Amino acid sequence: MEEVCARFVSQKISKARWRPLPAAALQPPDLFATGSWDNEDNRISIWSVGDVGSAGLNGEYQGEPQLLCDIRHNGDVMDMQTLSASHRWENAHYHADQYTACGGAACTGVICNNPEIVTVGEDGRINLYRADQKDAVRTIDNADSSTLHAVTFLRTTEILTVNSIGQLKIWDFRQQRNEPAQIFSLTGDRVPLHCVDRHPNQQHIVATGGQDGMLSIWDIRQGTMPVSLLNAHEAEMWEVHFHPSNPDHLFTCSEDGSLWHWDTSTDVSEKPSFLHQGGRSTAYFSHSTINQSVVSAWLSNDPTKDRMEITNLIPNQTLSVNTLDVLGPCLVYGTDAEAIYVNRQLFA
Amino acid sequence: MEEPDTEPPLTVVPGADPARTQLCFEWGPAEMLLCETLFGRRGGERRGAPGGSAGPAPTGCGVAGGGDGAPGPSRVFVVRRDQDIYMETLRKLFNESHGIFVGLQRCEEERAARARNAQLVQVSKNYRSVIRACMEDMHQAAISARDSALHSQYSIQVSILSAMELIWNLCEILFVEAAPAGPLLLRLLDWVQLHICDVDNMVREVLGQRKSIKNTSSFWNVVDIFVLQGRMDEARHLLSKEAIANPTSMNMYKILDDLMKKMPVPSLGNTQTLTEMELKWQHWHEECQRYLQDGTFASNSHMESICKILLGDENAILEKKELMTTWYHFLVTRLLYSHPTVKSMELRFYAQSSMDMFLGEESNPEPLDTILMAAFEFELHQVIKECSVALSNWWFVAHLTDLLDHCKLLQSHNLYFGSNMREFLLLEYASGLFSHHSLWQLGVDYFDHCPEYGRVYLELHIERIPLNTEQKALKVLRICEQRQMHEQVRSICKIMAMKALRNNRLGSALSWSIRAKDAAFATLISDRFLKDYCERGYFSDLDLIDNLGPSMLLSDRLTFLGKYREFHRLYGEKRFSEAARLLLMLMTAHIAPCSFWMTLLTDALPLLEQKEVIFSAEQTYELMRCLEDLTARKLDKQKFQDDDVETMKVEMLRLALARNLARVIVKEGTLEGS
Repeated sequence: MEEVCARFVSQKISKARWRPLPAAALQPPDLFATGSWDNEDNRISIWSVGDVGSAGLNGEYQGEPQLLCDIRHNGDVMDMQTLSASHRWENAHYHADQYTACGGAACTGVICNNPEIVTVGEDGRINLYRADQKDAVRTIDNADSSTLHAVTFLRTTEILTVNSIGQLKIWDFRQQRNEPAQIFSLTGDRVPLHCVDRHPNQQHIVATGGQDGMLSIWDIRQGTMPVSLLNAHEAEMWEVHFHPSNPDHLFTCSEDGSLWHWDTSTDVSEKPSFLHQGGRSTAYFSHSTINQSVVSAWLSNDPTKDRMEITNLIPNQTLSVNTLDVLGPCLVYGTDAEAIYVNRQLFA
Repeated sequence: MEEPDTEPPLTVVPGADPARTQLCFEWGPAEMLLCETLFGRRGGERRGAPGGSAGPAPTGCGVAGGGDGAPGPSRVFVVRRDQDIYMETLRKLFNESHGIFVGLQRCEEERAARARNAQLVQVSKNYRSVIRACMEDMHQAAISARDSALHSQYSIQVSILSAMELIWNLCEILFVEAAPAGPLLLRLLDWVQLHICDVDNMVREVLGQRKSIKNTSSFWNVVDIFVLQGRMDEARHLLSKEAIANPTSMNMYKILDDLMKKMPVPSLGNTQTLTEMELKWQHWHEECQRYLQDGTFASNSHMESICKILLGDENAILEKKELMTTWYHFLVTRLLYSHPTVKSMELRFYAQSSMDMFLGEESNPEPLDTILMAAFEFELHQVIKECSVALSNWWFVAHLTDLLDHCKLLQSHNLYFGSNMREFLLLEYASGLFSHHSLWQLGVDYFDHCPEYGRVYLELHIERIPLNTEQKALKVLRICEQRQMHEQVRSICKIMAMKALRNNRLGSALSWSIRAKDAAFATLISDRFLKDYCERGYFSDLDLIDNLGPSMLLSDRLTFLGKYREFHRLYGEKRFSEAARLLLMLMTAHIAPCSFWMTLLTDALPLLEQKEVIFSAEQTYELMRCLEDLTARKLDKQKFQDDDVETMKVEMLRLALARNLARVIVKEGTLEGS
């Protein structure tokens, strides 16, 4: 991993997100935002990772993230998305009484699909906002009896949420009733699910990560149970992301301090070289399939036909990796050891 | 216990005015709470102070406290002793050194002593580079600080860090690397060169001057300092420039240059033994002596003094005091020119005499000097003790002691309460970390590596971390689970479950109690659900109850809840016979709590009243028995002021049961098919 730059930033990082680039952009992303947690004075900071070729400002090591600006934030930063908006929606999540000081509840997830913003929280509430309106467009009170941990858009009018009793729910905003359109859950123990992500191209494939570090792949067209359960980490999986442009690659990060790269691309000749370094983990199944076009590799659960490479990208793991984001060839992740790491050559 | 040898420092707490109100205080693990009581000075109000002590005996008289009528609200002050952990730049130091510390504990011991030594030296260098990086940052922060108080605070920190690195470097040379005679001197020279940095400024100044204005004294100062630090090549380079400028004294320069070139230095590799080196050095020394006595350099005082320095003349070296600035520089220079093959054990003799010679009359050694002296004397415990006293937090001593312990240099010197010094320091350091709102996560790893008391400390500290969000609670829980601290897991889950329950998040509460495998709490939650149902007539949170899965078995009450909901579902789907069977099973298998039987029987009513017969005769008898059990128990407990609703219900039930019995007997008695 030659191109990983680390920087210690004196704050525990809870979320890091790349600034989105237009789809046709040729440049790799160069700006990302991070949010901190567990400080008396939390901050959201924007960092720039310059081009590898250009000289640093003070002759510093190029490639180290440089702080552009930051802003104070009340409370821990739980989730971040990029949008241009100029509103503040206060007291979006609360338990009993909206405006008392101790009645507030943590907002655990936010997702945007310009111009709509959806938030979910520990109070089991789902709020839908529009960027230009002051009040919530729609609020589903008591959508869930437990904490909603994460949310993502399924289609423009549907969202997916995961909660702390191990359920994946689809909500359709076109319907007026305050019930989920569909509920999926794991069999066995109701392990809380912490993160969810949808396949960028094939919208019926959804990945979730649970408290026991298990990665579950679901096909929401059929059944109420996951298609495959993969034993991954040894502790809570905090984030799971499909790579937006190479969806055969999946990234997960966890409380046990590891960040795994799951690769189901089966083209043998183009094996990315970075996979041959670092801590290589197990899971070679067998030789490749040639015809893998229609049925995504994620859904086929025949272990003899599939081959998945799983690599741990962190050689010496200590504290939890709380967040990761991947865009193009760049990966950024933040840890509880108060450090940010940027890898700008993922597929070199 | 020893007497403290200095007066304790006075700390002024801004905002607290002991002249106005009496203050009470309470010690915390790393801080102190100070509270204003409602007692004024003598003559002021005398209401009971909330939780405060009565205060010391009133001193003197006179100043009446209660000038402004009712006292304002009492304020609580938190006095933190260790300011350092709240500095942002120092946090990087803590985090990076935590990584190095954990790496050191985890890395496997190399077998070969040489490799092990190299490994430990590398770790020590890592620590030092972390300190230097922090120093850089702090320096940058000091420069860009606009507030003068902040600027001075940062500057103080920079000097503290620089002193720490100095001490650590010396300890690395003497203890970790344990350089043998020969390379020892080279290391010491490097050490001195690294830490007296004015040289570079001076050099730049001199080299920047063109031939026009030649400031002779600064030129010779630079040459002198090069010679004092053993940087022969650089000295010769400068001298050659001077030689070109003054061709008349070319001869002298040539000789001096020659002497400097031939000076034997200890080599790092094994190219020469110590005796060889000593021999060569002796010859060279005599040669220098000859040139000096011949008066070769008599015409140029600068060059003569350089020659004297080369001969190790202490007075000549002492003349250059301002250039050397510190006694340890003097020590190293002395050693370079009089005993280059000094062994580390011999250092102590030279160290003490050097300090005395350098400091002279005002022999008031600073704390840094005593620490360095203790290091030269190989008094490890003294070094650690002095550092602990001089520095404000435990970071330095904890990490240094741990490293020295890995070098197997500290005898297991048991302290009063049983743990050894390394463990004591690590425990103190980690406890300090736990008082910080964010750095507690680092402290966990430190406790892990304290074999005797680490676990106990961790158990006590981890329960006291404030849990504001669920995510933080999850992280703390994971730490406890990984270390099998079941008590703590249970207590944290109970706290979170109670919070959730209070906020009416029954699903969250249930998920917390499942995590803790807390059957009692699950029972509590189920009772809440059932109570809600009884009050409202419908179930809230169906998504939870419908999907309980195997966690239903955690507690009986929860199982009942799940099954009861299943009953409702079966009823809704019109699968009456199954529903009936389930209902009966709930009562006969005693899954249902007794308080709920009435409700269950009432639920049986619509089934009894259906057009077709659902309950069989057996089942009807069972139902009747249950009803009788219920009323019998009720009669025992309740007085005879039953409300009418109850009696009416019982009447209706009896009627329905009787009617059903009648129908079912007829039905069962009838032959099928007719």
